[in-house]
Amino acid sequence: MKKLESNLINMTLSLGLITVSAGLALSAVYSVTEIPIAQAETKAKTEAISNVLPQFDNDPIADMTEVKIADIDGVFKIYPSFLNGEMTGAAVESFSHDGFSGTIVIIFGFSNDGDIIDYRVLQHAETPGLGEKMGQWFKDETGSRSIIGRNMLNDDLRVTKDGGEIDGITAATITSRAFLGSLDNAYKALQIYIQQQNHEIH
Amino acid sequence: MKLTISGSPHIHSGRTTSGDMWRVVIALIPAFIAGLYFFGIGAAIVCATSVATCVLTEYLITRFMLKRPSTIKDGSAVITGILLAMNLPSNIPFWIVIIGAVFSIAIVKMAFGGLGCNIFNPAIAGRVFLLISFPMQMTSWPLPVVNQWNYTDAATGATILSKIKLGEMATEQFDIVSKTLGEAGGSIGEISFAAIIVGFIFLLVTKTIKWYIPVSIVATAAFFSLLVGGNPIIEVMSGGLLLGAVFMATDYVTSPMTKGGMFFYGIMIGLITIIIRHWGVYPEGVSFAILIMNGFTPLINRMFKPTLYGKRRAVGA
Amino acid sequence: MKFTDTIFNGIIKENPTFVLLLGLCPTLGTTGSAMTALSMGLATTSVLVCSNCAISAIKNLVPDKVRIPAFIVVIASFVTILQLLMKAYLPALDKSLGIFIPLIVVNCILLGRAEAFASRNSVILSLADGIGIGAGFTIALTLLGSVRELLGSGRIFNLEIFPETFGSLIFILAPGAFIALGLLIALFNFIRNGRTS
Repeated sequence: MKKLESNLINMTLSLGLITVSAGLALSAVYSVTEIPIAQAETKAKTEAISNVLPQFDNDPIADMTEVKIADIDGVFKIYPSFLNGEMTGAAVESFSHDGFSGTIVIIFGFSNDGDIIDYRVLQHAETPGLGEKMGQWFKDETGSRSIIGRNMLNDDLRVTKDGGEIDGITAATITSRAFLGSLDNAYKALQIYIQQQNHEIH
Repeated sequence: MKLTISGSPHIHSGRTTSGDMWRVVIALIPAFIAGLYFFGIGAAIVCATSVATCVLTEYLITRFMLKRPSTIKDGSAVITGILLAMNLPSNIPFWIVIIGAVFSIAIVKMAFGGLGCNIFNPAIAGRVFLLISFPMQMTSWPLPVVNQWNYTDAATGATILSKIKLGEMATEQFDIVSKTLGEAGGSIGEISFAAIIVGFIFLLVTKTIKWYIPVSIVATAAFFSLLVGGNPIIEVMSGGLLLGAVFMATDYVTSPMTKGGMFFYGIMIGLITIIIRHWGVYPEGVSFAILIMNGFTPLINRMFKPTLYGKRRAVGA
Repeated sequence: MKFTDTIFNGIIKENPTFVLLLGLCPTLGTTGSAMTALSMGLATTSVLVCSNCAISAIKNLVPDKVRIPAFIVVIASFVTILQLLMKAYLPALDKSLGIFIPLIVVNCILLGRAEAFASRNSVILSLADGIGIGAGFTIALTLLGSVRELLGSGRIFNLEIFPETFGSLIFILAPGAFIALGLLIALFNFIRNGRTS
């Protein structure tokens, strides 16, 4: 079959037909995948949060509350965990604008008495090989690096350079300070949240 | 009579490539001795490893890959080795030195065509390669301690530039005298300002290099650092600025050929260095500035064409 | 025979990465680790096979002057379908490949093969070409990804070969990608042509 001649009618018909078929195919695939996509997204979010939280029987994402700290630009997201009606802890999506190359976003999990359960770095632009190591560094058991299990109220969680107890990342002091700064912000935000909750109850 | 057409230079002044190269080696001796004095055995190990690896790599590549007589006698591999070592901290593990040296010679120099054909300065490119590859080891600078026998476990401290970047050090606290002689942290080569100046004077006196590039780099850097509110004296004396200005930016192959070109080149390097130091991620910018301008050298050579002897206008203008 | 010849042509003689030097942007961007490289290669191959077949099937219905827009619509549709399917059933992979999935649309390989092969050959041969070029691309990417991951972090497919501290970080970043790719292209062509010029 010879190729179609390039006159206006043929071009319009041909392109029109192709685009309509493409549109139909795409809407078909979209309707099939719409639900699985939504499910996958909620699953990912829940997983990220449950990794840093203690046991819970509520829906932390549904119970999410936004908190602001005075003088800090941005919102902190609190995902509280409840067991049998009692609050057991919370995950706080915290951040610091003092990273070496901009804002870092980290989610910390706290227990009720201020113990740090775990953390996950969500977003950063720090130097690879240096600041980027904060994803693992502060969970490392070597020396005095790990913040896991430490207590926000009892321990001085600043870099040793500033008089605190935590070994900062070698040659990445600014990132380390920003990381611990966001930890501090996270707990402050959590306390504001708790205060707000207590206010509402009374 | 056969008439040949070739590019400049046309008159032989009796200087050879290797003669110039060995003069540069001599000029580096004061800085090297200062490095040895303040950093002890680490400096010696790093330097020896670097030079040996550079020479060996060039020998192996020219003899076995390219099947030509080896070019190591012209001294350029030795210089690359020394300059690379001068830019490294003295506590860097020797295997990292080897990787850097192989990269400098095999990829930056030989893969581009050997001496005279490389676009980028091999020593500086090697240093930047190592900086990006091993950021932790490349940014732990040992403190200068006289008579030092510690190699990899030398006590480390922050350099002046990194302290300024962290905001830890007020710029007034800087002690000029000690830095001139060599008492603040840094790489092996940059540790003694005075030693570098001695080498610079030697090179000028023996007419190995012209003053245009080093002076324009230093002057521009000082000027712009004043403009952005830094302390020009500290800026010039730290971060290997002088080492780079005198020994690496002046490399014949990778820098412009004409006077105007050299000034332009030097000014841009000074400017870019200050920009990177103040707004960039790494606390030191000379290496990157030199590499960037290396890339522009062919363009600069076309912009600033040499005038033909006897004519007023530039060739091709 | 022509079927298998076409496949091998795509892998060796007209290898998109080492010979044709097409699609270098995703090549450099997704080869930080062997796993992402392999996934990218397979994703691109699936789109390539579908688009080649579809374009070959409609080649006589497309007037010459509008062939480029027509090809692009076809390619973009398949990429969108791929992305929807990945978001639904392989979300982790979709996240790690990120923006490079939609960027498959502008990968020169697809438009290039549509124009150079699929619009002039039968559906069966276009299928073979899609498989061959796709395989060549996937092999090249996986090779580059393995080299970069090994030199940069001491691992291949996340299996530790040597400790990470000996890894030369630059290979995980953009400059190292260029250097590694350059060396691999040199090696590939040296093996193929057998001489250094």
